[in-house]
Amino acid sequence: MSVASTSSVDLALGERRAGRPRRLHLLGFALLAPSLLFLALFTYLPVVRVAIESLYDTPHGTGAAAAFVGLGNYAKVLSDPAFRQAALNNLVYAVGVLAPTLVLALGFALAVQRSSRFSTVLRTVFFFPSLVPLVAAASLFFFIFLPGVGLLDYYLGKLGIRGPNWLGDSDIALWSVIGLTVWKNAGYYMLFYIAGLQNVPRDAVEAAMIDGANAWQRLRFVILPALAPTTAFVTVIALIQLLTSVDHVIVLTRGGPSNATNLLLYYIFQSAHENFDYGKAAAATLISVAILLAISFGSLRVMERGARGDG
Amino acid sequence: MGKLEKHVWPAIGVALLSAIAFLWASPFLWTLVASFRPDSAGSADMASLLPDLHPTLENFRSALESGSFGVYYVNTLIVVLGVLAVQCVTVSLAGYAFARLRFPGRDLLFYAFLLQLMLVPPALIVPNLRTVVDLGLYDTLPGVMAPYFASAFGTFLMRQTFRALPRDFEEAAAIDGAPWWAIIWYVLLPMAKPGLIAFAIVSVTTHWNEFLWPLMVISSPANQTLTIGLAAFTLGAESGKEWGVLAAGTLLVMAPLAVAFIAFQRRFVDSFVFSGVKG
Repeated sequence: MSVASTSSVDLALGERRAGRPRRLHLLGFALLAPSLLFLALFTYLPVVRVAIESLYDTPHGTGAAAAFVGLGNYAKVLSDPAFRQAALNNLVYAVGVLAPTLVLALGFALAVQRSSRFSTVLRTVFFFPSLVPLVAAASLFFFIFLPGVGLLDYYLGKLGIRGPNWLGDSDIALWSVIGLTVWKNAGYYMLFYIAGLQNVPRDAVEAAMIDGANAWQRLRFVILPALAPTTAFVTVIALIQLLTSVDHVIVLTRGGPSNATNLLLYYIFQSAHENFDYGKAAAATLISVAILLAISFGSLRVMERGARGDG
Repeated sequence: MGKLEKHVWPAIGVALLSAIAFLWASPFLWTLVASFRPDSAGSADMASLLPDLHPTLENFRSALESGSFGVYYVNTLIVVLGVLAVQCVTVSLAGYAFARLRFPGRDLLFYAFLLQLMLVPPALIVPNLRTVVDLGLYDTLPGVMAPYFASAFGTFLMRQTFRALPRDFEEAAAIDGAPWWAIIWYVLLPMAKPGLIAFAIVSVTTHWNEFLWPLMVISSPANQTLTIGLAAFTLGAESGKEWGVLAAGTLLVMAPLAVAFIAFQRRFVDSFVFSGVKG
């Protein structure tokens, strides 16, 4: 339907403006040109550039010419214990955030889907964290996690519980960062589940009820399968987000203690911005680009459906 | 059983939800309470969520004095509005082209745009910083803005918005001899306002909150944005133990978006449902 009506406008425009469709082709490219210019500068060419530069060793500040080292930077990165740790941490972080976030997001959505004043307040409370800067969230949690006098230890203390050193203990720190991220993101994904729940066929739920299915069975066998596209979509955007935001790590832990909270992007940031090892940063960037593309191409359809606003 | 189903379970549900909601809101409650708490209250009970009997604005005054919040606000506004202004042009044009024009390679180009949703700018900070240096934009606000001038998310949103509009008006305008730009400006954009507003909300929120990229690009204090100022402030407070001031500073950074959100809740929520593609 849309194809047919496109051509009618194209014809009307084409006949008047140019007489031939070729001019219209030019218009299409011309309108895309401003976007393509910036996409080329900051999305396409950077990948090419970082791929090339990852093959060179660029000494910082000496003015010496870059030396071709082949895959040397990759060897250096892959054998760097800090990188391995960051990659492993990022995996734990991604799974550790994703699982509880999905459960909470769905739970919140189910809880607030009916429209009432109570639901509206809950929705606001759950969504609000996703509106504040990650840096501000980190500032707040800096105080929450403070040993002894912080919000968490203060109230745990009233219950007679002595909390661990939330950010200082290398066994705990990553989980503290995970906790912050779950708090920050769950309400955002809740929105997609609220939208998704509106598309769950009512009669299927009612039929299950008539057949005597209890609430859990209705959720497990009717609602969850109907929400599968939403879950797939949220999983993809969450994974991309969990690989590309480290503001809280920069403020809270600087990757420490002893790399316990180092994540891939933080490793890249540190290599480039603090250690000035550009070749290493370039190689690590290309590795993370490869991971992002692998996640995304596995789910192009999911992304496109989301882009249409019905995901 | 009937009584249990009707009254007890819902009551337990409400109680449980209220508890979770309280837990969820507690970091913000603490920020509010602590930012108005006088210094004399001492740091032992700094974590208390109970408001102090003698609220003070002292912490806000200290925060405003110790950080250059005025400069940060202005810089953040310039970045946010600058990005939005350029984006409105680029995404409207590209959205129109994808929604209404036919040209060879259109689908391929569409997928090329999609790439930006996966290769999000933060992933490319290392090469992009070099590009910004090459362009002579290091330590400038345009350097912070440039990678966002094209927006795949905005382009999709406008493409969807344009597609949903009836074609009658533009066909009539085309027959009357209106050129393409007049059709976009006078016919389509006024009808596409909800789409543009949704995009503006997401764009402004994203860039107001952004941290890593401005941190890389900006080096002089005069060009810092709010999030960078807040991070420096937080790390400073670590030694000084000025938690009330830190809370006040955090509140100052969050306040504008929070107020806008509370005023236009419905719009925000709808916009963010769209924003999923931005990740």
